[in-house]
Amino acid sequence: MKILVCISSVPDTTSKISFTDGDTQFNKTGIQYIIGPYDDYALARAVELKESLGGTVTVLNVGLADAEPQIRKALAIGADDAIRVDVEPTDSYFVAEQIARIAKAENYDLILMGRETTDYNSGVVHGIVGELLGVASFSPVMELSIEGNHAKMTREIEGGKEKLEASLPLVLGCQEPIAEWKIPNMRGIMTARTKPLKVVAPSGESLTSIDKYNLPPAKGAVKMIPAEDAGQLIRLLQTEAKVL
Amino acid sequence: MSVLVYIELAEGSIKKTSFEAIFYASKVAEMTGGSVTALAIGEASAAELGKAGNYGAAKVLHAGDSSLFQSNIIAYSKVLLEAVSKTGAKIIVTAKSSLADAVTARAAGALKAGVVGNVTELPDLSSGFKVKRSIFSGKAFALTQISSDIKVIAIKKNAISTVETSSEAAVESFSISLDASVFDAKVTETVKASGAVSLPEADLVVSGGRGMKGPEHWQPLLDLAEALGAATACSKPVSDLDWRPHHEHVGQTGVKVAPNLYIACGISGAIQHLAGVNSSKVIVVINKDPEAPFFKAADYGIVGDVFDVLPKLTAAVKAL
Repeated sequence: MKILVCISSVPDTTSKISFTDGDTQFNKTGIQYIIGPYDDYALARAVELKESLGGTVTVLNVGLADAEPQIRKALAIGADDAIRVDVEPTDSYFVAEQIARIAKAENYDLILMGRETTDYNSGVVHGIVGELLGVASFSPVMELSIEGNHAKMTREIEGGKEKLEASLPLVLGCQEPIAEWKIPNMRGIMTARTKPLKVVAPSGESLTSIDKYNLPPAKGAVKMIPAEDAGQLIRLLQTEAKVL
Repeated sequence: MSVLVYIELAEGSIKKTSFEAIFYASKVAEMTGGSVTALAIGEASAAELGKAGNYGAAKVLHAGDSSLFQSNIIAYSKVLLEAVSKTGAKIIVTAKSSLADAVTARAAGALKAGVVGNVTELPDLSSGFKVKRSIFSGKAFALTQISSDIKVIAIKKNAISTVETSSEAAVESFSISLDASVFDAKVTETVKASGAVSLPEADLVVSGGRGMKGPEHWQPLLDLAEALGAATACSKPVSDLDWRPHHEHVGQTGVKVAPNLYIACGISGAIQHLAGVNSSKVIVVINKDPEAPFFKAADYGIVGDVFDVLPKLTAAVKAL
């Protein structure tokens, strides 16, 4: 089993978001970066599959050098080697193009990533990669097992889920509960330092670009209603907020 | 410019979010001087599909072959590509959903199209083609330029206010021959979630956290949801503890909802939870802890015991 796991490096989900340079740049000051939470699930399942079926896990990041701590963490969790495409991941098609180019040269049985990144929330990179490689893609996948050349999956659909089966190779966008997040142990952290991390140059160009950022308007003050008068809330929702 | 809107069907009906997408597409067509064609894949009556006209679609292409009744990402993306080629569309609009994302992503890959999701406003055409989209799970917005020839726009639910007319769309059967390989993946079972109202589409949501104290105490929350006709939801700890099913989990790594009303019962309001609900129009928080951070994000708050407050709310709804 030869698995490629694509990880994003994103601000910790508790980060306070702000912008600089006249709201044209994301303010990285004081931001703690993490492996994309959904990508982390994909990585955990990949490592489990390697442990049970044998094979290799390669981790791929499209990003600048500041993503390397996250790549090393993925190696510490159990990936064997890593590739970083040295460019800011600005656009879904562009990122997918980099992944597809790397993947074309190697014949991966599985290409796993999160259902979406938690910064730009587009959720389309896996589908574009699948199309560019001419390989089936599914998302969001919440269970995955492999038997020989065959994958059994559970995919979340609106208002429920479906079980499906397909032949490898596959590109999958993953989400919980596909696996439990893994925490690297000391031995993993030590060995990760010497595992190979190859840096390659990008090709192609972004099809989208951000002109300006802005924050949502501040929320007005909360209107408190005494608990003993709770029924009053329903009247306010009807006459004042007009949502009932 | 010719605009194609990919719409989704649920149980033979056009989804509400798809009407929002049709309306958005019709406004974009108006701005760029073109017409809107809708593409519907799956099972629906001509009368139902004609309703696409109420929101501005001139025509509906209906790929209604029985082989397409079961949603199929690969087959649907092939149908979408055929529709793009038939209509010469330069702009593809859809309502963001996990299926629409998966289908339009593949089409974007084939067309080398820039994709922008969670779009909240009509485009700005003053210089190029820019759309405003929600990013960081609703914590910010980004005005994004799309420079590719063909553009894919996935709109955020409940962000676009629609106007309904009595126009009907002409429905045209759309059949294409699909390679057998697109049906390689087999759906072996479909499990519909219990609960009367589908959470991702719901206008009203009642949600419970650890303050509900255990799965056996959920009845007062379910009673309020039933009285309101609301969907039920829960926080991540609750689904992790298996008190409620995973598909009810809203938050950063769960379902992102954007209802008109979100009522949070016994949820403290961790930032990861807020990421899933911050697009709600009105937020009500009920919590016995007056210091719960969720109150800062709320429009209305009640400090009190949920088991005391919920029955009072249910009674007040029933008295409306």
